[in-house]
Amino acid sequence: MAIQSQSQVGAAPVLSRPYALLAEFDTPADALHAAEKVRDAGFRKWDVHTPFAVHGMDAAMGLKNSKVGWFSFFGGVLGLTTGMLMIWYMNGFDYQIVVGGKPLFSPLYAFPVSYELTILFASFATLFGMFGLNRLPRLHHPLLKNRRFLQVTHDKFFVVIETADPRYSETETRKLLESSGSKHIEMVEEA
Amino acid sequence: MAQVTTVKVQAPPAELEREPLVLNNRGLGWISDKIAGIAEGKTPKWWWPAFIISVTLMMMMFTCVAYLISTGVGVWGLNQPVGWAWDITNFVFWIGIGHAGTLISAVLFLLRQKWRTSINRAAEAMTLFAVVCAGIFPVIHTGRIWFALYPGYLIPAPNSNAIWPQFRSPLLWDVFAVSTYGTVSLLFWYVGLVPDLATMRDRATTKVRKFAYGLFAHGWTGANRHWRHYETAYLRLAGLSTPLVLSVHSIVSFDFAVSQVPGWHTTIFPPYFVAGAIFSGFGMVLTLMLPLRTICGLQDVITLRHVELMGKVILATGSIVGYAYAMEFFIAWYGGNPYEKYAFMNRAFGPYWWAYWSMVSCNVICPQLFWFKKIRRHVVIVFIISIFVNIGMWFERFVIIVTSLHRDYLPSSWGYFMPTWVDVCTFIGSFGLFGTLFLLFMRFLPIIAISEVKGVTPQADPHHPLGGAKSGGHH
Repeated sequence: MAIQSQSQVGAAPVLSRPYALLAEFDTPADALHAAEKVRDAGFRKWDVHTPFAVHGMDAAMGLKNSKVGWFSFFGGVLGLTTGMLMIWYMNGFDYQIVVGGKPLFSPLYAFPVSYELTILFASFATLFGMFGLNRLPRLHHPLLKNRRFLQVTHDKFFVVIETADPRYSETETRKLLESSGSKHIEMVEEA
Repeated sequence: MAQVTTVKVQAPPAELEREPLVLNNRGLGWISDKIAGIAEGKTPKWWWPAFIISVTLMMMMFTCVAYLISTGVGVWGLNQPVGWAWDITNFVFWIGIGHAGTLISAVLFLLRQKWRTSINRAAEAMTLFAVVCAGIFPVIHTGRIWFALYPGYLIPAPNSNAIWPQFRSPLLWDVFAVSTYGTVSLLFWYVGLVPDLATMRDRATTKVRKFAYGLFAHGWTGANRHWRHYETAYLRLAGLSTPLVLSVHSIVSFDFAVSQVPGWHTTIFPPYFVAGAIFSGFGMVLTLMLPLRTICGLQDVITLRHVELMGKVILATGSIVGYAYAMEFFIAWYGGNPYEKYAFMNRAFGPYWWAYWSMVSCNVICPQLFWFKKIRRHVVIVFIISIFVNIGMWFERFVIIVTSLHRDYLPSSWGYFMPTWVDVCTFIGSFGLFGTLFLLFMRFLPIIAISEVKGVTPQADPHHPLGGAKSGGHH
C-alpha cells in the first residue's frame, strides 16, 4: 500500500489513472461465457454491462438473489400499520365518531385504506431499495466517459474488470479477456 | 464445467417457433434506432396540428372548470334527483381507461406474456394521463374545491370543528385508492423507463438532452449487478400493482354498491367494474396505438399478432361485461325486490332506453365480431370497434349513474337529466388534456420499452443461435 500511494504522489501531474479493463462482445452468449470465465477466475470487482437483462447472467456471474423483496415486505408492513393506526387515532381516539352504534374502531372498515397504504409504502420501499442497493443515482462514472461504452445501451455487451480487484493484473487479466473471445479490449481511465 | 460438449445448436423446428414478437428479424440496434428515433427526429408535420387542437380543447376544459368554480356547480345540468351525472361518469370512464395500462404492465408481466413489451410503455403512459383526467372530476364536482385542500376533506386533516374525515365512507376509500393508484403507476412507469432513458442519454446529440436524460437515468450503465436488483424490483412492483389495480376499481364500484340506491346496491359490482375497466382500457389502447403504429412505422414491433391478442382480451372482457348486464337483470327479478326490479326495467325501457341500448350494442354485441380471426387482424375494423368500445363504456357509467338516480321513490321527485354546455365542454376538453399529455410524451420519451423489446428477440437469448450460442448442453 505504501509503495502504491508513493507512486501516486510521484505521478501527481498525471490527471487520469486506470479504472478498469473493458472488453467488448457482440452477442449475449459471448458475454455470458466470458462472465463464466471471469467468475471462475475468482474476481470480485467486476461486472457485465448489457443493453437488457440477459437471462442466465446472474448464474454466470455467480450472483445470489436480490434482497429487494425485503424492502417491499417491510414497506408493506409499515404501510398497513400506518393505515390502521392512523384510522384508529382519527376516528376511534382523537375525535370519536359514532356511526349507528358500531364499534369506534374495527379493522374491517379500516381495511380498504390500510390496504392502499400497504401497497403505496411497499412500492416506495421497493423503488428506494432498488436504487439504494444499486448505489444509484451516480451521475459521474468513469465508464460513462468512454465513447465505446456508449454502445452498451445500443447493442454491445461489455465485461468490465476493475483495477481495484485484488486479482487484477495488467497482463493476465487482459489475456483472460482475450481468450474469452473479445474483439476489443481497452483500459478505461478515471478522470 | 470441464466437459465441453460439441453439440451444435440448431434453430428450433419451425412448428415450435411462435409467431415472432419482432418481425423481419430486426437486430438490437435497429430497435433502439427505430423507437428512440421517434422522440429524436424532426417533429413530424401532423404533430403540430394535433398538438394545437389538443391544447385548445384543454384550455376549453380549464375555462369551463374556472367558470364552474367561480360560479358554482349549478352551471352543470345536475340537480335533484340526479345529483351525480357527467362528473362521476367521466371520472369512472377515465379511471377505467387507466386500468388496461396496469393490466398490460403488471398482470401480463406476472403471467409472462412477452407480447406486452411492445405496448406496455404507451399503455402505462395512457394510465397516468387517464388518472390525471379522472382526478379532476371528483375534485371539481364538490363545488367549493378550496375546502378539499384546506381544511381538507380529501386529505386526512381535521376540519374546522377538529373532526377527522370519516373512514367508513367509500368516498374516502376512493381518495386513497385513486391517489395510490396514480402514484404507484408513476413509480412503475418510471422504473421501466430508467434503462431507456440511459439509451436516450447515450444517443443524445445536444448537451441539454444529454443532461436531462442523464439526470433521470440516474447514471444507469446496464450493469448486471444492477439488472439483478432492477428485475427483482420490477417484479415486486408488478406484484404490488396487480392487487392494486383490482382494488381501485372495486373501491370505485363501492361508491355505488355500498349505497342503498336500487340499481347501485349490488354485490356483482366489484368484479363487473374491474372487467369493464380492462375492456374499456384495451379499447383506448387500440384507439391510440393503431394510428401510432401506422404513422410511426412500427409494424415490425407492434405486429398483427399484438393487435389480435388485444382483440381477444376485448372479446373476453366484453363477454364478462355482457354476462354482468344479464346477471343484474336476473338478480333484479330473482331477488324479488320491487324497487330493484323497477330500477332495471326502467333502465332498459324507461326514458333512458336509448342510452341503455347504445351501451349494449357497443359493449356486448360489437366485440363479438372478434370471434373471427379475419376481423381481429384487420387493422381498420379493429380501430372502429375500439372506438365503439370507448363510447359504450362511457354510456355504461352514464346508465348506471343517471338511470338509477333519475326516478326517486316518489313520482313527484322524478326528473330527467340534461347536460349543459359546460358539462359537454368539460368532458370534451378532458380529451384535450389527455391528448396534450400523450403528444408531449411521444415527443420526449421512447413510446415503446426499448430494452424490454430487445430482451424478447432471439438475438437476446444466449441459448439461441442468433444470440451467439455455438455449442449447447452446458447449462
